Amino acid sequence: MRFVFIVLRKEVRENLRDRRSLVSALLFGTLLTPLLVTLLVNLTVRHSQDQDNKSVTLAVVHGERAPNLLADLRQYRIDTIAANLDDAAARAAVRLQHYRVVLAIPDNYARQMSQGLPAPVLLYSDSSDGAAGSDVARVRALLGHYASNIARLRLMVRGVDPTVLSAIAMQDIDVATPTSRSVLILGTLTVVILMTMLMGGLPIALDATAGERERGSLEPLLTVPVRREQLIYGKILAACVFMLISLSLSVCSMALALRHVGLDRIGMNQNMSLITVLELIASCAALAPLGAALMTIVAAFTRSYREAQNYVGLIIALPTFPLIFASILGLQPTVWLMMVPALSQHFMVTGLLRAEPVSALYATLSVSVSLLLGALAAFAAGRLYHREKLLG
Amino acid sequence: MIEARHLHKRFGAVTAVEDVSLTARDGRITGLLGPNGAGKSTTLRMLYTVLQTDSGDAFIDGISAAASSLEARRRMGVLPHGAGIYPHLTARENIHYFGELHGLARGECAERAAQMIELLEMADFADRQAKGFSQGQRLKTALARALVHGPQNILLDEPTNGLDVMAVRTLRTLLLKLKATGRCILFSSHVMQEVSAVCDEVVVIASGKVVACGTPDELRARAGSTDLEEAFVHFLDPAGQA
Repeated sequence: MRFVFIVLRKEVRENLRDRRSLVSALLFGTLLTPLLVTLLVNLTVRHSQDQDNKSVTLAVVHGERAPNLLADLRQYRIDTIAANLDDAAARAAVRLQHYRVVLAIPDNYARQMSQGLPAPVLLYSDSSDGAAGSDVARVRALLGHYASNIARLRLMVRGVDPTVLSAIAMQDIDVATPTSRSVLILGTLTVVILMTMLMGGLPIALDATAGERERGSLEPLLTVPVRREQLIYGKILAACVFMLISLSLSVCSMALALRHVGLDRIGMNQNMSLITVLELIASCAALAPLGAALMTIVAAFTRSYREAQNYVGLIIALPTFPLIFASILGLQPTVWLMMVPALSQHFMVTGLLRAEPVSALYATLSVSVSLLLGALAAFAAGRLYHREKLLG
Repeated sequence: MIEARHLHKRFGAVTAVEDVSLTARDGRITGLLGPNGAGKSTTLRMLYTVLQTDSGDAFIDGISAAASSLEARRRMGVLPHGAGIYPHLTARENIHYFGELHGLARGECAERAAQMIELLEMADFADRQAKGFSQGQRLKTALARALVHGPQNILLDEPTNGLDVMAVRTLRTLLLKLKATGRCILFSSHVMQEVSAVCDEVVVIASGKVVACGTPDELRARAGSTDLEEAFVHFLDPAGQA
């Protein structure tokens, strides 16, 4: 153990002096994370507000036949424009996306309406056009609203209480909206935090292996009476130290940015306390040994520092894959999924940011399985450094 | 004392070292002489236990390099070919690091590093970061690092490569000093003058085999030549085709 610490201390000291790699590794996360948070949150919030306030353009054929209906629609920010289309032309116009929604008023509309009979209207829309969906829904809801208002008036004229129509008083309470808006943000944040952490350890993981070989200092190192595994463990631990520094910086700057940006708007933990920050760091840190050991393994197979840099870049991208699956499939944490590195960290980060209680079992699984895999990878790296090809 | 017994080493289809046996005694400087690619580095690497032998074994002060490599390494100071040092550490820290890895206590380490810095006249650059060092300064640092634990056996692979005259002379003086203290020194070279200048014993190696060994005088006598270079050529190419 003593030699592991000797190597660890030397690697940390040496890399702290290497300003360039230090700055690039540590500043990246510290600056990028808050920038990204601010940008994403603002974009998301603005987008959802736009959705509610946006006016809808509605093409109306023979609008002069239903002036009251049109006046009512305009009150609810529906911009009506007159269009002169027959049935076929209306279908084509919607299909070719000249208009998203077309409302046609047949010539018997006014007569039916005045006789108290169902007055026909035709609504043309394309359900395969995803972007038009919310427009169509709004027009449809407003038409229904107008129809029920007319119906109520007719009942009152006939001396019937219109409430007989309301057998159910439904109140639509959407609790999912704020959190679902933040799913993208939470996923992106986890990716950025994990990538930043791995980036922080990258220079040292490469320098301690491929770099050391390229400089010719690996062979002298292998002549000291210390087991090769211990040398490697020291190097992996040193990379972990830098990953932790980088992780702490990026989580802290993220927390500051989130406070500044206003968390309640996206349904996140408003109480971004020191404890939450520490919990975030702890749950991500469990992934550091695995990342560092994998980088060391990759570096052992490459011929030069440059080549190692290329491949190790892939390791940094690795944590994004489970997250992409998770967001596509809409995965929820289960016992098995909490054993998947990166994914389990994602669930932990998400839970902590939403201030949802994280089960102790899940937390234990996430941390211990990641650490265990890290230990296995470190062991494998130690074995690899017995290869003679290593000297090049 | 370093003894190699019937060392064999293959890399794939290439036989790098074939049945190499040699002895380097205490208080003597032994030269491993041979052209490029003769198997000098491979032989040394097996001796200092970075490579494993396919068959045969090496004994460092009687300790088997194959069976107890850690114990064998403890008794060796090694300067591999083109040995690099850590650019962001000072010369003193470079030396200190290896002292610690050799198991010296920290106080002892500092003391030994200071001794090496004095011995190799490194005082003016000892506490500077190594990244701007000259070739000679790098060699001194690497040497000091190899010797920090006061090893009985010293192995150097092409130590004079790329050095200027002054640096070569410093190295030579150091080797003679170490020899005077009864150390066993084994170094490889492809340069004749170097070997003849300091070596008590020469092992000539070509195509992975030992082709001759003895004192420089013995080699000259055996080749029937007054010039060691002539003798060297004679052993490499006995048929005299060159």
